[in-house]
Amino acid sequence: MDIVYTLWLRSVKRYVRSKSRIVGSLGMPVFFLLALGFGLNSVVQIPGGGGEDYLQFLVPGIIAMSVLFTSVFSGIQIIWDKQFGFLKETLVAPVSRLEIMLGQTLGGATTAVIQGAFILILSLFIGLKLTTITGFVIAFLFMTLIGICFAAFGIAIASKMEDMHGFQLIMNFVVFPIFGLSGALFPIESLPEWVIPLTLIDPLTYGVEGIRYGLLGTSAIHPLVCLAALGASTVVMIVVGALLFRKASI
Amino acid sequence: MTAIHVENLTKRFGNFTAVDAISFDIKKGEIFGLLGPNGAGKTTTISMLSTLLEPTSGKARVNGIDIQKDQDGVRKSIGIVFQDQSLDEELTAWENMDFHGRLYRIPKEIREERITDLLHLVELEDRKESLVKTFSGGMRRRLEIARGLLHEPSVLFLDEPTLGLDPQTRNHLWEYILTLNQTKGITIILTTHYMDEADRLCGRIAIIDQGKIIAMDTPDELKDRVGGDVVTVSSPDSERIAAEISAPWIFGAEQHDGQVTIRLQSAEEHITELIRLFGERGYAIASVSIHKPTLEDVFLHYTGKTIREDEAGATDRIRMRMMGRRH
Repeated sequence: MDIVYTLWLRSVKRYVRSKSRIVGSLGMPVFFLLALGFGLNSVVQIPGGGGEDYLQFLVPGIIAMSVLFTSVFSGIQIIWDKQFGFLKETLVAPVSRLEIMLGQTLGGATTAVIQGAFILILSLFIGLKLTTITGFVIAFLFMTLIGICFAAFGIAIASKMEDMHGFQLIMNFVVFPIFGLSGALFPIESLPEWVIPLTLIDPLTYGVEGIRYGLLGTSAIHPLVCLAALGASTVVMIVVGALLFRKASI
Repeated sequence: MTAIHVENLTKRFGNFTAVDAISFDIKKGEIFGLLGPNGAGKTTTISMLSTLLEPTSGKARVNGIDIQKDQDGVRKSIGIVFQDQSLDEELTAWENMDFHGRLYRIPKEIREERITDLLHLVELEDRKESLVKTFSGGMRRRLEIARGLLHEPSVLFLDEPTLGLDPQTRNHLWEYILTLNQTKGITIILTTHYMDEADRLCGRIAIIDQGKIIAMDTPDELKDRVGGDVVTVSSPDSERIAAEISAPWIFGAEQHDGQVTIRLQSAEEHITELIRLFGERGYAIASVSIHKPTLEDVFLHYTGKTIREDEAGATDRIRMRMMGRRH
């Protein structure tokens, strides 16, 4: 455990020090929240909802987005470690690759949840009404799972990549679709029928719905189903990430 | 006592043999050098001995531990300074050390004490709270050496320790390395393509070229094997000189980039006769110099080329391989 903690500590230290990255990666979610939230609030009516407005509906989606992007990015960061040689220092130490991978995953998840929390707090100022403390805790549980799941996903991708050249490709063709299909921006029931199966295989969908349940008290998918589906996805991602990272060459 | 035992160690990448059945033994407390041009297989050898790379065939033991059977055992007992930097630039010097100490599971109190001592040793104690990205090349190198020593390894690997450093810093680092070896009795295995570095530091040297060890001995023995003295002649007729010159006191001559290196017995005595020979045969001579054999001459003697020529060759080989891959 102390090795996992060591790797975690390093990730968190680096995160706290990179003020520009913290602010920078808040930019897009805040922009989405303000532009879409205020822009579409009066135009969009959520069908069948309990009367919440679009801004309220959007907040959980944007929180999930913030966690998703930060965690994938922090996982992919081991490519930097590879390029700047630091990965060798960790790999030549008498520790298992699983410990390294877990530490990196948890570190990434932690920073991702902090980023998500920033959005959550910001939302309180622009009209999000919190129902219960339990709801708050539920939202954090789902944020944590999203963070772990996608940090492990980032590590899996990074283990297969040689350098940062493929990064843009991954962002555009993998991470954005995961976000777009998740029902972060719109209710999944309103999608055309053939798209719905795609949203249902997207782990982020369950994360978004889980956070939505926590913050708003309603969700399109039962929260326990969300928990089971996202939990299972997280376990799978950790296993895949650990296996690929074990095979990764320096 | 043997610190490192290597037997027919081989590494192939596809059909390119980077390290070709090398064998050697290093005694405890020795400074052993792997000398050769870039691409000769030095780093590959170090990577295999430090368990970062699996050998294709052959055996090796570090501190009596088999590198394939007990990787963690090997890793605990060695320290390594890589050719490329491997520090976290976003952390301070202290934090880099602390990270390393935690990875090697050194208890907190011992860890802090050793970090303080080692930072003092490499004269970085007043910069311990500075981020590594503000450090110069020499400071980074010193920090990496300190870090490699933190878990008190009995064998230290240094891969091109002074590559890209200015002469003053190099001298400084050499002092550290020699002190470490003498005061702590640490076995050091270093790779270099600097002749003067190998000469200055190493008790024994293995000259490695194209994956093979072509000579191995103390620097003095190696130079003695070249024999006597060396006369280097710059001449437009260098090829003819190398091919034609002969006398009972001449051991041999090699031609390389417009120069001839002639190995001979007591050069001071024979130099006038040598110049007379040049005159008789009508060679044009630009300059002549006499010196004791250096490791450069040793390398030339064994490979028929200077280390610089060979580096160009290695670059070409790598380029060829890259081209080959693309097709």
